[in-house]
Amino acid sequence: MAATSSTYRPIGFDFSNEIRNNFLTGKGLPLPKATSTGTTIVGCLFKDGIVLGADTRATEGPIVADKNCEKIHYITESIRCCGAGTAADTEFTTALISSNMEMHALQTGRKPRVVTAMTMLKQMLFRYQGQIGAALVLGGVDATGPHLFTIHPHGSTDKLPYVTMGSGSLAAMAVFETGWKPGMEREEALTLVKLAISAGIFNDLGSGSNVDACIITASETEMLRNVEMPNVRVQKERDYKFRRGTTAWKKESVRSLVVEEREVRLGGEEMDTT
Amino acid sequence: MSIMDHNGGSVIAMVGKECVAIASDLRLGNQALGISSNFQRIFPVTDRIYYGLPGLATDVTTLRDRIRFRVNMYTIKEEREIAPETFAHLVSSTLYERRFGPYFIEPVMAGLTKTPTGGYKPFIAATDLIGCLNFAKDFVVAGTASTKLYGVAEGLWEPDLEPEDLFETISQTLMNAVDRDAFSGWGCVVHVITKDKVITRTLKGRMD
Repeated sequence: MAATSSTYRPIGFDFSNEIRNNFLTGKGLPLPKATSTGTTIVGCLFKDGIVLGADTRATEGPIVADKNCEKIHYITESIRCCGAGTAADTEFTTALISSNMEMHALQTGRKPRVVTAMTMLKQMLFRYQGQIGAALVLGGVDATGPHLFTIHPHGSTDKLPYVTMGSGSLAAMAVFETGWKPGMEREEALTLVKLAISAGIFNDLGSGSNVDACIITASETEMLRNVEMPNVRVQKERDYKFRRGTTAWKKESVRSLVVEEREVRLGGEEMDTT
Repeated sequence: MSIMDHNGGSVIAMVGKECVAIASDLRLGNQALGISSNFQRIFPVTDRIYYGLPGLATDVTTLRDRIRFRVNMYTIKEEREIAPETFAHLVSSTLYERRFGPYFIEPVMAGLTKTPTGGYKPFIAATDLIGCLNFAKDFVVAGTASTKLYGVAEGLWEPDLEPEDLFETISQTLMNAVDRDAFSGWGCVVHVITKDKVITRTLKGRMD
């Protein structure tokens, strides 16, 4: 492992700032907001696999922090996980479980199952009593067929044929409730997922920008980054480039990164080589 | 009033054509009282990576030291310079380690990545206070003037700016945003990182 702070430092979270931060909170200074994915994430079962979908907006309170973030995380080649809630938590929990799944696959010599990932995730989230704010949609195909789960921050799970999560979950679920039917074709399912995410993008303020999708079947996984881009920014009509020299500055220092080499001949006569 | 606003200060980074720029104000305050007008919060990591730490000043110092230590450990163990992407992940995990007792810092990083063909690709990133990475293709902002910076940068930034044009754009963005923020200002510093030099300029602006 590269660059840990000390050889003897224990692994896991570090709580050493707790006392100071609690003192500050006690003084009436609230803890600042972390980036959250206000999010619409969905998953849906079809004839031969799973389609996962997500929007691409990340928010910090009322501010859009990232207009095109990725919310469909890699777990294994045939298992993916959509994350809603505290962005850092979804990112790091899925990365950790992805590592553990790889180790598990190496240890057992088998392709890991979706339930295994689900159990690892729920046990971790339950251990932290909802303090890790990750709301997940886990989907994949393994030896026992396609599976789709939702995992809540406190560790409870559901296994359903179509699921939605995040602040846009109601908008997306409305689409699923009207459009979903068992045994759909691949294209049909993808269209429904796109429609569900679009419902979130346009009707929920916490969701926005583009549609990401991921189709997982027994034979292959197809990641469709930005399948739909209904909110592209149009070309600016004019530019606001400043004339060079507009900004007045007081001091300048230039750090040259080019190593200069100069050859200086010393001595007088050439060496006699006859 | 949040702890993040206690000392004031803002940082912005922008992508240009084969160059990146990172800029910050120089104010250190105690709430509304100005303490210093020469508080550097942008630091070099390698020749072509710079990063800024807006937020609580005590944590600026602590985190700078911790990151320096970790970068040094990385360089010794790997026997090579750290790449900007790797550095971003190092900063991110350093912050997430303290998920339940965070440093009140929102780092902004800028650098040039070496491509396999020997060229240089611009790289910028920012994280929130618990290390959620945001890789942007245009610009990233953080600090007490972040709301204003978002607005101005969205209007002024355009793709493929040459180093000198990028300097004008980032300087004007920062100065105009900072002039509308009571907790940022008191001087600005801009670093433009190009393939063969780093230009550092201290700007002339309002000091109120």
